Amino acid sequence: MATVTLSHVTKRFGGVTAVSDLNLEIRDGECFSMLGPSGCGKTTTLRMLAGFEDLDEGEIRVGDRVFSNSAKRYYLPPEKRDFGMVFQAFAVWPHLDIFDNVAFPLQIKGLSRAEIQTRTRRALEDTGLLKVQHAYPGELSGGEKQRIALARAIAINPQVMLLDEPLSNLDPKLREEMRFEIKDLQRRLGFTIVFVTHDQAEAMAISDRMLVMRDGVLQQVGSPIEIYERPSSRFVFSFIGLSNFLPVATREGATFVQGVPEAGAVAVIRPEGLSGAAWTLACRPTHIDLSAEGGLRGIVARRVYLGDLVEYRVRVGPHELRIQKGARHEAFEEGAPVGLTFRQYLGYPEG
Amino acid sequence: MGQRRFGTAELLLLLSILILVVVVAIPILLIFWNAFVVEGKPDFLRALALLKEPDTFEALKNSLVIAGGTTVLSTIIGVFFAWLVSRTDLPYKATMKVLFLVPFMLPSFIGALAWKILLSPRGGHINRLLMDLFHLEDPVFNIMSLGGIIAVETMYLFPFVFIQVSGALERMDPTLEEAARISGAGLFTITRRITLPLMMPSILAGALLVALYSLAHFGVPAILGTERNIFIIPTKIYEKIYASGGNFDAIRTGTMLSSILVLAAAAILYIQSLVLSSGRFQVISGKSMRPMVLKLRGLKWPLLILSVLYIAITVVLPTVTIFLVGTLKTYGLAFKLENMTFDNFTYILFKWELTRDAIWNSFYLSLAAAAVTMLIGTLISYVLVKTKIRGKFLLEFLGVLPFSVPGTVIALGVILMWSGRFGINLYNTAWIIFVAYIARYMAFALKSTSAALEQVHDSLEEAARACGATKWQAMKDVVLPLIKPGMVAAFFLIFLPALRELTTSVLLYGPHTRTIGVAIYTLNEDGETVYAAALAAIALVIIMLGQVLIKRVTRAKIEST
Repeated sequence: MATVTLSHVTKRFGGVTAVSDLNLEIRDGECFSMLGPSGCGKTTTLRMLAGFEDLDEGEIRVGDRVFSNSAKRYYLPPEKRDFGMVFQAFAVWPHLDIFDNVAFPLQIKGLSRAEIQTRTRRALEDTGLLKVQHAYPGELSGGEKQRIALARAIAINPQVMLLDEPLSNLDPKLREEMRFEIKDLQRRLGFTIVFVTHDQAEAMAISDRMLVMRDGVLQQVGSPIEIYERPSSRFVFSFIGLSNFLPVATREGATFVQGVPEAGAVAVIRPEGLSGAAWTLACRPTHIDLSAEGGLRGIVARRVYLGDLVEYRVRVGPHELRIQKGARHEAFEEGAPVGLTFRQYLGYPEG
Repeated sequence: MGQRRFGTAELLLLLSILILVVVVAIPILLIFWNAFVVEGKPDFLRALALLKEPDTFEALKNSLVIAGGTTVLSTIIGVFFAWLVSRTDLPYKATMKVLFLVPFMLPSFIGALAWKILLSPRGGHINRLLMDLFHLEDPVFNIMSLGGIIAVETMYLFPFVFIQVSGALERMDPTLEEAARISGAGLFTITRRITLPLMMPSILAGALLVALYSLAHFGVPAILGTERNIFIIPTKIYEKIYASGGNFDAIRTGTMLSSILVLAAAAILYIQSLVLSSGRFQVISGKSMRPMVLKLRGLKWPLLILSVLYIAITVVLPTVTIFLVGTLKTYGLAFKLENMTFDNFTYILFKWELTRDAIWNSFYLSLAAAAVTMLIGTLISYVLVKTKIRGKFLLEFLGVLPFSVPGTVIALGVILMWSGRFGINLYNTAWIIFVAYIARYMAFALKSTSAALEQVHDSLEEAARACGATKWQAMKDVVLPLIKPGMVAAFFLIFLPALRELTTSVLLYGPHTRTIGVAIYTLNEDGETVYAAALAAIALVIIMLGQVLIKRVTRAKIEST
């Protein structure tokens, strides 16, 4: 069993708390990604998992085995954890050929020649590198280098694979391709993936579950759908996908946009659990309907053609909303008055 | 614009080629010509016969032993200390890192002088102390030996390796080591199989620099070896030329030895370019992260003490010795306050014409050589880096020459060229030293200005042109201000070493054109140990002031950008 459990994990660098009281269970065989803006503590968490950083508080267990425990000052060194890891800058050794790069962890384990040969070949085959096995990394492209790193990580058949922004140095097309390959390898080999990224689309595409972090504090854990559909905070809402925020106030059952009293009431209901009159309406650009008559009145400030989509910037008093419609939708000219209807929306406390 | 066949670029190219031909290429050609052409016919048999002569053969052998020994020893010490300050939790590492660079600033021939005072077999202070203490019949150390020369050269040359390796260790992508660690390897295995192999090009580059320098170096073997009949190629050349009093056979022997030096240097540089261009070792990362650090635990303090002791012995002890001996009323007196005086310093600085002249000569020669060489270097680098014209390959070839010409060879080359053969006789004037310095330090100027120019992307100049600036205005308002730090660096890179130069000027000085280095060397040869030490002490003070100045200037530059 390779369930990874983090309990009360805290890490400080000088006066800055990089990770604060993190509790987490990563299930056996799932693909779990950690998402957040740079400096949010996701990479530090991964490095604590790998054993490169000690903990200031808390414990990390894999299965029922303790890997790190700050109270006991016990840290299993990285080389004893039997993890696979892929680094952002590939970290492929330039002085070794592809075969030796991939065979390295097996050689360290002291396996027999024959076994090293078979297992390295298998890893190379799995990553499509068999043909170039005697080339040196310097002769290969970024995508191929990342494949070497991947092959090296799977060579020892790890139960847990740590990926530190492995795709961010690749061009967009290659990135998508590698995403599928990683997923594919996981299905075949059955390891648990812990994946760090700052790219929300990447996280959504690859993960079974994901977490969003900010300033060292966990914001939300859940499936990609849960996180996209029900972000637990305004921050998570804005971090995942495109977003509009509109300050509104509800009085006596009617909701008004703040700062635009002349616009009249908006046809939205204040979600339960929000106290106080003022709250923030959060809405995706694709979840707003446009009409010539009725709705919340605004003016089309700009229209941008994006291929399958047309994006409108609609001004409502001092606010501007981003709205995306299918290209075949009824078109509104710049400067034309339009009405907005919120089909799906969420509410967050004011601010 | 457009179809002019001979524009400014062509003119600059021609000028650059002309300068390099006159300053470097012809002197070297003259050396080969004199060595291998007799009465208009090539004659290699003579060269072979010369190599078989016992004294030249001995010098060749000694050169090989000393360069080899110094290189191996410097590499071991340099790699060890580099690893210590960049990959362990040694206390005060940052300070230690700076201290390990100090030997670089000290002229090695002054170090040799100090060590001769301390460890010469008969009169050496430490030897006498040990003999008195333990009632020994024979001296314990003999610095005036092959081993002694290797030890002293290593003390002042190991920073070449140290700088290369510690720089590479710092720039190395730490995830390369982390990837090995997560693969199951321990620190020892990582060091052996990942870190050391990846550092190999830097280690080799540093080692080759040491070899190149040691092979061409005059000061240390001259001070510690000549008296004991230990010669290497540069000191043999010096001896031949001085013993002969201008005898042509002696000069021919000198040119043959010089040819060997040039070929050896060229071979070393060729190997170096092979190592660096293999490109299999791109390990530099953009992302800066803290590298893995080995916890020294119990060895922490012993290793710090070892490092401090190393600096104390190799830097502090010789420096203190020089200053103390410089104050003695007569050499041989004990170091007691009543035997000491400051009169030596005032005498040297203000009264004695020989030393006063030497200080003045060194000062203006270095200043002039640094300024002129820096400007010429900028011009040549500009043509090399920024222009695309036919015939540039010729300049590229000539531009490599200054790197491979040892100081002794340059001296001999300018003697051959400027002693009236072409109608100009500069022999025994300061001009001949000036010309030699330009050739000797051209490599420094080219390196630092071309690096600066490569940093200035073509688009910056193009943007200025697009804004309506003429080529000259773009150069003056955009390119020059951007490469100014590189030019300032080039100036100091030349000025400071030239101030303490010995190898070249010792072959070129006349009665009134001694440099500081030459004055110290000749005073020592004449047995004026106290005055030699006092002048050396003054030189050390000037060098330290120069270092402080360079720090100031370069720091101000960094802050202003």
